[in-house]
Amino acid sequence: MLTRFLLAAILAGVLAGVFVTAVQAIRVTPLILKAETFENEGNETKTHSHGNQTDVADHHHAEDASGIEAWAPENGIERTLFTLLTNVLVGVSFSLILSAGILITKSQLSFRSGLVWGLCGFIAFVLAPNFGLSPELPGMDAANLVQRQIWWFVTVVATSAALLIFAFKQQLVWMLAGLVFIVAPHLYGAPLPDSHNSIVPANLAAEFVIATVVTSFLFWLVLGGALGWLVQHRVMNIDGNHASQ
Amino acid sequence: MLSQQVNTQSAGLEISDTSRISAALFALLFGSFMLYGTVFSHSEILHNAAHDTRHAVTAPCH
Repeated sequence: MLTRFLLAAILAGVLAGVFVTAVQAIRVTPLILKAETFENEGNETKTHSHGNQTDVADHHHAEDASGIEAWAPENGIERTLFTLLTNVLVGVSFSLILSAGILITKSQLSFRSGLVWGLCGFIAFVLAPNFGLSPELPGMDAANLVQRQIWWFVTVVATSAALLIFAFKQQLVWMLAGLVFIVAPHLYGAPLPDSHNSIVPANLAAEFVIATVVTSFLFWLVLGGALGWLVQHRVMNIDGNHASQ
Repeated sequence: MLSQQVNTQSAGLEISDTSRISAALFALLFGSFMLYGTVFSHSEILHNAAHDTRHAVTAPCH
């Protein structure tokens, strides 16, 4: 049964990953490509390069330490297919992490409770870290990558812990601890760049924030809903009973 | 499944705590490992392959 539960989690992740690839194509991906045109123009002016840079959206062809251009998918269908693949991998990753929480707390799943788990995932993985670190477009200034990744990770873990506490521990002491977990990363502060100079226009960045947050919201709802539905209808629930019967 | 025991009260099947927690830890570690590889890795090739996904899930990318 646990195997079936984990398979349901993987399937829900795949579905959410495919779904979000389609939704990203509407707003998120065009904004990334648009930002890359500014970024590449900026790079060209900076380096006075008159090379054979004919492809405006080749930002992601980053160079390694030796200056040799690392492999990157070609723009177009290849890039889209790799985005689909990595979206599916990320979908499965988030689904497994969500399932770990469901298993540890021995929670019963249904379509509706799955939506609530998805909403909590959205709060912990999107809203909380983005309150400190806004969604980044290529070409925007940002602080040190490792420091931002550490802050992102700590904020996600602390917010997840707080949400689990709020849901499963009703004593006042626990609630206060949860509150501290939510607030602490933001009081400490996310690592921000010294200047906010950006070659990407501000309105593009603003559009990107809304586009990613709305897209992520839909992703987490589909993930949670699909996981809940699959466990409810295709897998016995954690106490061994069919929730649908 | 071996870990399932007959529950006489509900006549359903109950999973032992050990296997439930093991499955949870497996899911957490495997999920985190994959998430690290796609969204956090500093490898240029993994970065390039997952580039748009990294920006879309609003993880720190560059």
